[in-house]
Formats: sequence, C-alpha cells, structure tokens
Amino acid sequence: MSETGKQRGAAIDLSAVSKAYGSFRALDDISLHVEPGEFMTLLGPSGSGKTTTLNVIAGFTEVTSGSLQVGGRSVVGVPAHKRNIGVVFQHYALFPHMTVGRNVAYPLSLRGIAKTEREARVKRALDMVRMADFAHRYPSELSGGQQQRVALARAIVFDPPLLLMDEPLGALDKKLREWLQLEIKRIHRELGTTFVYVTHDQEEALVLSDRIAVFNRGKIEQVGTGRDLYDAPATLFVGRFIGDSTVLRGQSRGDGSSTALDIAGETVTAPHKHAGGSPPVMLLRPEKLAIRRPGLDRRDGDNRLSGTISEAIYLGSGSKYEVRLRDGSTAIVRSTLTDESFAIGDAVDLCFRGEDAKLLADDSTADTSLT
Amino acid sequence: MSASDAPSERAASSRRSWGPLALALPALVLLVAVIGYPLATIVLRSFAEPQWGLQNYSWFFSTPVNLIVLQRTFTISAWVTVVCIVCAYPFAYAMTAVGPKVRLLLTLCVLIPFWVSGVVRTLSWVILLQDSGVINSLLRSVGLDGVRLIRTQTGVIIGMAQVLLPFMVLPLYSVMKGIDLRLVQAARSLGAGPVRAFFTVYLPLSLPGVYAGAIIVFILALGFYITPALLGGPRSTMLSTLVQNQVLSLLQWGRGGAMGVVLLVATFILLALAGPLMRQKHKQGAR
Repeated sequence: MSETGKQRGAAIDLSAVSKAYGSFRALDDISLHVEPGEFMTLLGPSGSGKTTTLNVIAGFTEVTSGSLQVGGRSVVGVPAHKRNIGVVFQHYALFPHMTVGRNVAYPLSLRGIAKTEREARVKRALDMVRMADFAHRYPSELSGGQQQRVALARAIVFDPPLLLMDEPLGALDKKLREWLQLEIKRIHRELGTTFVYVTHDQEEALVLSDRIAVFNRGKIEQVGTGRDLYDAPATLFVGRFIGDSTVLRGQSRGDGSSTALDIAGETVTAPHKHAGGSPPVMLLRPEKLAIRRPGLDRRDGDNRLSGTISEAIYLGSGSKYEVRLRDGSTAIVRSTLTDESFAIGDAVDLCFRGEDAKLLADDSTADTSLT
Repeated sequence: MSASDAPSERAASSRRSWGPLALALPALVLLVAVIGYPLATIVLRSFAEPQWGLQNYSWFFSTPVNLIVLQRTFTISAWVTVVCIVCAYPFAYAMTAVGPKVRLLLTLCVLIPFWVSGVVRTLSWVILLQDSGVINSLLRSVGLDGVRLIRTQTGVIIGMAQVLLPFMVLPLYSVMKGIDLRLVQAARSLGAGPVRAFFTVYLPLSLPGVYAGAIIVFILALGFYITPALLGGPRSTMLSTLVQNQVLSLLQWGRGGAMGVVLLVATFILLALAGPLMRQKHKQGAR
C-alpha cells in the first residue's frame, strides 16, 4: 500500500516440487520462477495441479519433495500464518461474525498494529477496492462482487509482498467478472506486489497476466506471455487450451526440411522439420486459414483442403465458420466482414501458408483433458 | 386496488390464515391439555390451598432452607451446564472432524446412554462413585487417598452432567457442522496461528450452539429429581426433592405448587436477562 512501487513484490522459486496423495501425483516435478512484481497466472483444467501449486505456496499443503523459496527464503515447513502471504479465495471466506471493517482490520490486529494506524490502513485498503462506504456492513449484506472486493482489501491491507488468488471471480457473472478483472489489473499496477492468479479461463488469463503457466496433469506444459502461448505453443495441449485452433492429423512424410501430411487423399506441407517420437500434427489459428469457393486460384497460400461448411456464426465484427474436412475433422475459420459470406452446406476450400502451421507432437490426451 | 376490492381481499386473507391454524389445532389441544392444564392447576393450588391467599409464598420466602435450596439448585445447574460445555465442545468438534464411520460411532456414544433410563444411569453412577466404588478403588490401587463423591454436590454434578450431555452435544454439533472450515484456513493465511484462529473465528461462530445447548441443559437441570435424589446427600438437595417432600410426604399441595411457580418465574427472569445478549450474537453469526 505504500508508494515505493515496484520494489515491493517477492520473487517465487519452485524447484522440482512434487506432491503425492497416495499413488496420485497432484504435482509432478514442477519448476517455476516468478519475478518480483510479476502477474503470473496458473492456467489449466480442473485437477491439473494449479490450485495445489497455489496451496503449496500459501502453506496450506506441504510438498512431498522439492524446494520452494519466496523472496529468496526457503518456506518449506513454515506454517501458513508465518509466511505473510495474502490469499483471496473463490468462496470469499469473509468472517460472517465481523463487519467489513473488522474483517479488513483482522490481519492488522493479529500483527499488533495500533488502533489509529489500523483504521487508516483499513480505510486505505477499502478505498483501493472502492468499498469504503461499506465498512459497517456485515458480509451477508453484500453481493458476491462486493464480498470479493472486501476479501481483496483484507488480503492486501497488511502489505504482503505476494498475493495469491484462487479463481477469485469464478462465482461471479460475466459482466462483473470482466469489470473486476480490470480492477485487479489496476490494483496490481498500483501495489507492485507479486500476484499469482489461478484460473481455468484462458481469456481471463490473457487479460490479466504478464506471463501464464499452463498446467496439465500435474505438470507445467509451458510458461510464457499470452502471445508466446498463442503464437508458439510448445505442446498440442497448450495450442488447444489457448484460443481457437484447428488440428490437422494424417499420414506423415518428412524429409530434411519439411513435413507433409496426407489427409484423406489431400496433401498439405509445412516447411518445418518434425522432431520427436510421436507422429506430427499441424495446428492452425483461425485467422491463418482463408476460406474460398472451390476451384479459385491458390493465391492464399500453398496448401488447400476441401470441405463443407457445418456451422456459420455471425459475430458482428466478422464471421466464424466451422468446416467439416474430408477426414471428418472440423476446422475453425474466422473471416472479416469484407470477405464473402458462406452458408451451411456450401462446399469450400481452406487455404493456408505452410509456415503458419505449427508442427506439434500428437497427444491423444490433449482433447480429453480440456473438459 | 379500488376500495370495493378491499373487503373481499380481507376475507380471502382471513380464510388463508385460518387454514394453517386449523391444521395446528390438534397439536394445540394436546399442548393445552398436557401442559397448560397441569400448569394452571399448580398455579391455582399455590394460591388456593389450604385457603385462598399468599400463605404458601410467604412460607416459602420466610423459610431459610427453601431459599438455600433454591440458590443451590441454580448453582448446581450452572455447574452442570459448565461441565457439559467443557465435555461436549471437544466431543462435538471431533464429530465434525472425523470420517462418516467414526462419526456414527461417536453419535451412538451420545445417543445410546440417552435411550437408557435415567434411573439406570444414575444407579450406575452410584456404583462408580460410592466409597468402595470403581473410582475410589482405582485411586487407592495407585496409592492415592479415596475421595468422597457419593452424597456430595460433586457427585450430583457429575451424574447430572452425564445424563444431560446429549442435550449439549447435539445442538453444538449441528452448529459446528455448518461452520466453514475454510474460514479458519483464511484466518491462518492472514497471520493467525492455530490458537488465535480458533478463538477469533471458530469459537465465535460456534457460540449459537453453545447458547442453545446451555439453555436446554440449564433448564432441564433446574427440574432434575432422580439423579440428585439418588446421588446427593442432605447438603446437595435440589428444589424438586423439596417439592416431592411437600407433596407426597406432607400432602402440602399448595406449598409444592408455590415452589414450582417460584422456580418457573426465576427461570423466566434468567432467560429474559440472557436473551438479548444471545440474540445479538445469533444475529451476527447468522447474518
């Protein structure tokens, strides 16, 4: 809450952290570095280990093996109440027997801060989340969004160098969620505290984060900025989880410099070499695919696949099409308003440039673990 | 709504309110018959026997032993309530913390004695507490002096607390199982150690259960008869024993009635004093 700004955040270092419950490995050899003051989002489907990671950092769960440092100090074995880390929960966790003001003052009372300073800091924290007028209300008299803002004030009032948020907007409706995302971004900017934010919503992760760590089955698949993850996914799972995508599968042939896929009699090639054991698949973003009437020239790229429109969605700023390819798989295409429009059942050609296709190792679990 | 609609509206609403009342009628009749009538008889007789007037009440308040016993009745009941809270609180907490199988076992531990007759349970305590009983034999076998438990106030409090324990455990458990333990976790993350987290978060949220159990146990303890009669001595007589003495031995129905009325009124006064405090706490917890 002080004005010293960007120096205030703590770095986090997880190194080879594992957490096992019996034979189930909730976290499998996780390593992650978070810069001081960074907004890091842990993104993944439920059961992927993102919340377990948060609980490990908060001190609610002890690691089975590995090391964990917060602000350069090992916190393995340090109980939660001695870690000085703010936590915001999905379920708000406001104390129902205390007013908003007493809830926010609670961590300060525990630290033996005198009444006048306590009141000033409570007021500043409530001002920051724009809840100063509600100090005398009880939590049950507030809406979900208001309760979560109070919970946020309570978690930052004691100036923790690190704030953990576990799906804090999960229980709120879309409009409120979008507005609070901007509020959280603003508060992060003003505080300079390190934020670690858990969500399963990739759009939310893209809006908020400096960097995103994508979790799947107890492992981190990739860490990077939203742009890194969208443009250069390291695994098929990441490519599928972030944004819309089309995955092309087929019989593969490779020479030293390019890879070709035979898809139900049609061949597409990408000028990349595929390394790795699993057969390659091509991942394409919707805006990299052009949709054309069949038989037109090949000016839109060197690859062409034929299919039929199975779904056409008007989005205002453009249209989104689902195209059924010859092998039965579905491609997703986005086109702008200036493009020609198509109806369900139209036969079309999909064109793309080979260099826009990402060659990734096939992973049959990538689709199922999305749900 | 126009004025002409109003009467029919009112008729409809009065029809609506008569329905539920009619359904409750059998229960009301039963309550009046089994509680209202005897209570009215007691109050009436306390003023009417042997003749009309306040002689039973002036006798009660001018006889020192009555006042001593009345005070002792409240003291013993208060101690029983305290002992019940101390024993039931951790027990009820354990019931919320364990798995379903152990919980069933713990629930049975509370309920099975509850289903056994109070007389049987009190006689068991006689065996345990008497001078040559189990407790004193154990004490002597480890080289300690025996303690006198039977026919003392301590013995009465032990026995009554055991008999009344379920009335404390059950309301406490029902409140505790509704407490969100994630709030305690939140308190930990805000810097509270386990003890501070308990006293600042868990305990206040469990107080409605403590109050509910305390009221039930205290009121039941005030009217206890069998346990103090069997376990107590002359120095631990409670008011119900005096009532029994007046009514059954001396056939002084008026005096017995007056004692009952005094106990009832004293209980009401106590509840009226404790009520506002508890309601306030309740509101905070429930809101």
